Amino acid sequence: MGKNNKVKKEYKKLSQQKSPKIPLARNVIVAFVVGGGICILGQLIGELYISLGFDPEKAGDPTVATLIFVASVLTGLGIYDKFAQFAGAGTAVPVTGFANSIVSSAMEFKSEGLVLGVGCKMFSLAGTVIVFGTVTAFFAGIIHALLG
Amino acid sequence: MGRYFNLAVPVAIINGATICGPVEGKGPLSNYFDTVIEDNSLGQASWEKAERQLMETVSKNVLEKSNVRPEAVDIFLAGDLLNQIITSTFTARTMQIPFLGLYGACSTFAEGLAVAALLLQNQDISLCLTATSSHNSTSERQYRYPTEYGVQLPPTAQFTVTGAGATLVTNKSSASQIYITAVTIGRIVDLGIKNPYEMGAAMAPAAKDTIKTHLEKDSGGLSSYDAIYTGDLGEVGKAIVIEMLQQEDINIEHIYDDCGTMIYDLDQQNVNSGGSGCACSALVTLGLILHQLRTKQARKVLVVSTGALLSPTSYQQKETIPGIAHAICIERKEGSE
Amino acid sequence: MNIYLAAFLVGGAICVLGQLLIDLTPLTPAHVLTLLVVLGGITSALGWYEPLVEFAGAGATVPITSFGHSLVKGAIAEAESQGLIGALSGVFKLTSAGITSAIIFGFLVALVFKPKG
Repeated sequence: MGKNNKVKKEYKKLSQQKSPKIPLARNVIVAFVVGGGICILGQLIGELYISLGFDPEKAGDPTVATLIFVASVLTGLGIYDKFAQFAGAGTAVPVTGFANSIVSSAMEFKSEGLVLGVGCKMFSLAGTVIVFGTVTAFFAGIIHALLG
Repeated sequence: MGRYFNLAVPVAIINGATICGPVEGKGPLSNYFDTVIEDNSLGQASWEKAERQLMETVSKNVLEKSNVRPEAVDIFLAGDLLNQIITSTFTARTMQIPFLGLYGACSTFAEGLAVAALLLQNQDISLCLTATSSHNSTSERQYRYPTEYGVQLPPTAQFTVTGAGATLVTNKSSASQIYITAVTIGRIVDLGIKNPYEMGAAMAPAAKDTIKTHLEKDSGGLSSYDAIYTGDLGEVGKAIVIEMLQQEDINIEHIYDDCGTMIYDLDQQNVNSGGSGCACSALVTLGLILHQLRTKQARKVLVVSTGALLSPTSYQQKETIPGIAHAICIERKEGSE
Repeated sequence: MNIYLAAFLVGGAICVLGQLLIDLTPLTPAHVLTLLVVLGGITSALGWYEPLVEFAGAGATVPITSFGHSLVKGAIAEAESQGLIGALSGVFKLTSAGITSAIIFGFLVALVFKPKG
């Protein structure tokens, strides 16, 4: 077993040495600029809704819905995934990435039918975000109610 | 014993047929393929139906090219990447030829020809059809993510080739000048790679193991080969194989290339480390390599198709990726025209 | 600070955190997004996320961390007014627009478009 592990360790070293490195600096800069840019877009849309008469407290809802709408259409047109290959976390982390994960799953599995495909598989990627967010919120609520 | 089989009855490759997708059609080898499709969905309702059409097309084309009717074929050997090899079984349903299904992931091309060649040592049968296919989108949705999901791939990732290849082989020696003369059946080699975006590294040790075994057993040795090709190791796996063989004093670099790095223009096409998939070695062998053998640019070639035998379940359960590689030696016989 | 500049810097920084986690750890994008949501929820529970929203506007509300924040904010607000049951009834109070629009647009887009591969 010991010898086997040594071979695997040595192989890991060789394979890493032959593998091109992830262009970290480039990825970080692009993620920063694109992610920040999507947030500026969100800010613009929010201010637009406020100027249309939305209560500043409530303008978040139509803003998020608008961003999700745009991301959904771009996913449908086959553009979002191409851009995401370029932008990485810059398009994955904003709420537009959440929309992309739902819309791409729904589209992809339409070939298995509206119920077993679209319905059952829509949250195949986004489900984890909702599950863990909900668990966190539940315990935060419980702790808050108990400790007041 | 075993592993390396020098075929007592050389097996003639009567014809090959190929079809490739739009991305491969923009690659440097597109002129060598019979058909280039413009639309990767082929107008079908699902990606799986599109892939099936690819395999059915080449299976029918290779028989037509050779003026052979399906009823004349003894055994159809086929495999693909999809769960329960549905592309192959549905193609077999269409072809109505006695069918043996194969699964060797991307090693299936050489696996099919190796099994056919060994079966054809039995003179009770005379004609085998082998086929394999892969489709970028069926693979993406089965192994990774929905095709429209935005994900940034690391530079070690590979791009699944869309395409299919079929080969008609026989033990009747007058049928062709091109023969499979020896095969080496691969062993699973697993050196602990877990990341599904490092398939080249996962498969390279198996390729090295098979190439080394084959060259040691072949009485002609390395110097008798004009070229050695691995299936789909990509740039990363190719560099590892060269290095690992060099460590054993086997220097193949001057005659060696990898189909995954040949089928695309790695600088211009956005495919990271190169191509992968069953169709990768099938297209390059049946397109380019057979052409080189026929036009006497090469006389003896070793094709080593490589497979990463992972499943989405196995890697989610944190299993390592088992690699395999099967080798077929293809030769042009002089004076048999 | 100008709200647009703040939104750009904070939003960009949260994305950089995601990028670093994806590139430097073996975590998949799904793991990283899950982590960010939980992180947003915890910082919200500690009372740190709301000031970030006030400072950076969309820079804090557009990244997925905001989803965790909204879930927690809803649960805590309801827990304050309704007691323990609020931890169940309040979770989705503030995130309904996001989740519902993603489901509706996802459904409609799936009806209209085919994946291009």
